[in-house]
Amino acid sequence: MLEISHVTKVFFPGTVNEKLALEDINLTVNDGDVICVIGSNGSGKSTLFNMIAGTFPVTSGTIKLQGKDITNSPEYKRAFMIGRIFQDPTKGTSANMSVQDNMNLASFKGMKGLKFGLTKERKAQFREMLKQIGLEDRMEDNVGLLSGGQRQALTLLMTTLSRPSLMLLDEHTAALDPRNAEIVMDLTKEYIERFNLTAMMVTHNMQFAIDYGNRLIMMDEGHIILDVSGEEKKSLTVQGLVDEFRKIRKKDFDSDEGLLTK
Amino acid sequence: MIEGIFVEGLIFSIMVLGILISYRILDLADLTCDGSVATGAAVATMCIVGGMGIPASLILAFLSGVVCGIVTATIHNKLHIPGLLAGILTMTMLYSVNLRILGNKANVSLVRVDTLYRLFPEFFSFVPAAFASLIGSLIVVLIVKGLMDLFFRTDLGLALGALGGNEQVIISQGMNPATLKLIGLGLSNGLIALSGGLLAQYQGFADANLGQGMVVQGLAAIMIGEFLFSSNRITLITLRAVLGAIIYKGLMFLGRKYGYLIGITPNDFKLLTGILVIISLAVAQTRAMASAKGAKKKALERTKGFAEGNNA
Repeated sequence: MLEISHVTKVFFPGTVNEKLALEDINLTVNDGDVICVIGSNGSGKSTLFNMIAGTFPVTSGTIKLQGKDITNSPEYKRAFMIGRIFQDPTKGTSANMSVQDNMNLASFKGMKGLKFGLTKERKAQFREMLKQIGLEDRMEDNVGLLSGGQRQALTLLMTTLSRPSLMLLDEHTAALDPRNAEIVMDLTKEYIERFNLTAMMVTHNMQFAIDYGNRLIMMDEGHIILDVSGEEKKSLTVQGLVDEFRKIRKKDFDSDEGLLTK
Repeated sequence: MIEGIFVEGLIFSIMVLGILISYRILDLADLTCDGSVATGAAVATMCIVGGMGIPASLILAFLSGVVCGIVTATIHNKLHIPGLLAGILTMTMLYSVNLRILGNKANVSLVRVDTLYRLFPEFFSFVPAAFASLIGSLIVVLIVKGLMDLFFRTDLGLALGALGGNEQVIISQGMNPATLKLIGLGLSNGLIALSGGLLAQYQGFADANLGQGMVVQGLAAIMIGEFLFSSNRITLITLRAVLGAIIYKGLMFLGRKYGYLIGITPNDFKLLTGILVIISLAVAQTRAMASAKGAKKKALERTKGFAEGNNA
């Protein structure tokens, strides 16, 4: 469903700051894949997500989503098929609007018309959905009054509302405390399962990456250096991953901390 | 006399509603206003002088403002320059355009033709002429405010509000922020030009220099309004903008009438308006600081109470 072929991204080309962020990336994501993406900071995970979502144009290469070439289509057009959640909980919702207005905004993609979308039936629907995240009694409160965990849960609900073909989760629980991170992560798993979503998730928790999803990708210095799935993935261990990384990169690490420069 | 202040304030309030859209709702400081208010006045005046009829003239004034806003938004969107600079560019260019519209004259008078403010006393002949103008203006403002309140409750209006708060949300929902800015700035400057068209009819002439300093006056009115009450409901936000506009005109009237006592002349009004905006911003900041201090004091008292409780 997602085909990335020969994608290269160079930042600030032709200047002293020139940086090769992605080099000749090839990746095919199949329908129903749940992929965990790991790698140290600066390895190109976020750049890869930005290329898929269309935040910045690629330097070369093509990206196809469901058979359609989206390499040059703008971010807002890709958003019809791609749902993205950022690490920063404030990015997914509009703080100066109420919870129900945010939900209404997310109820369908594309330009809005001169209709009063927030009808009684819709409000009832929203209330029902918001029960899952415990916000059913705060529908008229401004989103700015919610906590980071609540905002991220709301973002998740809003993103899944339109059933995106592909979900991009960019360390979406990293800014939350452990308990809220767990709540949001459980919700994520639940939605992915219930709506049979295809998802790519950046995480810094290697054990989690091994346990969750059917596929694991490791990135380093703008390359995908490891891509395992199925039975092979199930047999991985954190130590095994570190050994693998060492073998590929021929670097010496005392512990897995070398991978997780957080 | 007092009716005059209200009429001036009501006409001005339509412009303030326009500035409210760009400055507060879209969070985009747009200086096109200084040009588009004069464009509206010029278009309405030339249409009325040309015998087009008042409703058609006002509609054309509104549309001319929409075009001004679209020009600013296009410069901002396509060249990726800040909205502030785009607005200054349009405003500067509009000065020449406005002179062209007025037939290369600095001002055109509406003395020998029917204007809205000559017709209001005929419509509402049961009250004195001055009150008739007030009633007429009030009706126009209520219609504009009502339509604006309705618009910002539609899905499109909500999307404009969301854009001001967080552009990424708009992109994530599959909307082009550039299109929304086009709509928002078009609407904003449409209202500003409509206000200019009414103002020309009220004062009896259109002037190419009409718009000078209008943005700052509008901001002053918005800030005065925000001191009245705080709310996130659109009906109340527009209401306080209208009230702020009237209060601002009232203050200016007092300045004109009693200012000489302390040596203030109308020449000083721009300086005073600027100072008013600065004071408003300063007061808003001290308020925020004061409430933070209050919270700190309370927190300290609480911890002190806990400590004493533990000791006892």
